[in-house]
Amino acid sequence: MAEKIVKLMQGNEACVEGAIAAGMRFYAGYPITPSTEIAELSAEKLPRIGGKFIQMEDEIASISAIIGASLTGKKSMTATSGPGFSLKQEGIGYAVAAEVPCVIVNVQRGGPSTGLPTSPAQGDIMQARWGTHGDHSIIALYPSTVREIYDTTIKAFNLSEKYRTPVILLMDEVIGHMREKIEIPDPDEIKIINRKKPNVKPDEYLPYKIEENDMIPAMANFGEGYRYHVTGLIHDETGFPTSNHRIAENLVNRLVNKIKDNADDIVEYEEYLMEDAEQIIVAYGATARSAKSAINQLREEGVKIGLFRPITIWPMAEKQLKIIAKKVNRITVVEMNMGQYFNEVDRVAGKYTKVDKYSRVHGELITPEEIVSFIKEG
Amino acid sequence: MMRQELRLSGSGGQGLILAGIILAEAALHDGKNVVQSQSYGPEARGGASKAEVIISDEIINYPKVNKCDILLCLTKKAYDKYIDSLKPGGMLILDSTVTDRPERDDIKIYSIPILETASKEIGKPMVANIIALGSIYELTKIVNKESLEKAVLNRVPQGTEELNKKALEEGFNLILKHEESTYGEVC
Repeated sequence: MAEKIVKLMQGNEACVEGAIAAGMRFYAGYPITPSTEIAELSAEKLPRIGGKFIQMEDEIASISAIIGASLTGKKSMTATSGPGFSLKQEGIGYAVAAEVPCVIVNVQRGGPSTGLPTSPAQGDIMQARWGTHGDHSIIALYPSTVREIYDTTIKAFNLSEKYRTPVILLMDEVIGHMREKIEIPDPDEIKIINRKKPNVKPDEYLPYKIEENDMIPAMANFGEGYRYHVTGLIHDETGFPTSNHRIAENLVNRLVNKIKDNADDIVEYEEYLMEDAEQIIVAYGATARSAKSAINQLREEGVKIGLFRPITIWPMAEKQLKIIAKKVNRITVVEMNMGQYFNEVDRVAGKYTKVDKYSRVHGELITPEEIVSFIKEG
Repeated sequence: MMRQELRLSGSGGQGLILAGIILAEAALHDGKNVVQSQSYGPEARGGASKAEVIISDEIINYPKVNKCDILLCLTKKAYDKYIDSLKPGGMLILDSTVTDRPERDDIKIYSIPILETASKEIGKPMVANIIALGSIYELTKIVNKESLEKAVLNRVPQGTEELNKKALEEGFNLILKHEESTYGEVC
């Protein structure tokens, strides 16, 4: 086996490397701080491997372009930050409804509006979940280290292909811009999932027909002889619009349930020093790193505390949190927003234990010292 | 090795972010854990600029530098801004153009003609960052010499290898060849 490649890499760079390893061959974007390096590196690398990079005129065009590219079979990605993420919501909803796999990276910055362009924030947790209108499900992943950015970007592509859905990769400015040691995995070790292709002839193909015990229709690539209609309107299995109430209800239910019912496959999390923990912190991304440092300090002082770190933010690890909530006497949610994930944790765990929040929106990474003193206050 | 936190500060355009990356890569060659980050101001040149490096044998969780162990200031503006961030027992490395001194006796202070050496000895102000790395190495031995040389050559533009090797050597010599073998006592 070849020697492992160990190098110093920036988070945004790891995102591009992971995307290419996952099979990304199309990127369309409108660069914005603090995600710009993702566009720059995609522009540099994709043409060398037979891929395409387009800088579009705006964010809506970018998400539309990656939806179109994905329909031809190319694994596609765009990256942005809060202001651009707002604009992309229309396209994200379209990709949900038309079931087009794609990856949307949001390297968050302080908001609302153009906010604090170069400062970290975690304010787009709920926008990732509910930014686009109507009932729908979404998958959102949240890495915490440069290596994990590489891995979760691959996972984002895999889940988007498997479940035919847009997947959102939420990132922190802190990790997007910092450089850290990363060991690049051997290509043979990387698991790649590709969308399910139809096994019928073009004239027999029904693009939104599902097989029994399956919730994901097979997807043909445009350009391979399979002609079908793609729309954001409620559609039947031919892909053409319908206002049939039964079909409408079935479709929306399937779009939601294909994610919800597969939560066990999608949900990923890390538990740190949880075994004997009497209380825990819930934190994700860069904030979880501060929480780990805080927990190490508190453990030295005899406080039995652990960390539950969601890597999959949506769907939420509800089942796991419920079990934990019954065992511990306090859960503290630490995040760089006004309590967006706290509200969800409280909804799931509040019946069983005390749920507190420590939240800041001052544009700086929460420090371990802040967390230690908040925990000690009780 | 315990967690060591360095802050390299000066003005935008002095190459301090590159210096931070080189130092981080040198530590990586040594097999250490390392995190490098920088402040992102709107300025491309001028203004205060800083790069931060954390080097440790342990896993680095919290990735930011608040109080640092080693502080380099190439300009007075950077000195004013960051002097209070130096930990007790820390090391302050000042360019000799910075004539202020902090009123504290819990730190070591070195005043070194980094900028002057770059412009007068080498004739290229832009190599000040590499000279600074050479001096930091001799004062702290925070990375291995071979690792540092390898990291410098790996990151500098093609065709400037000899120039940068010379700059690094000048940086070593600023400490090694000084009469008292240190500038610590000059202030």
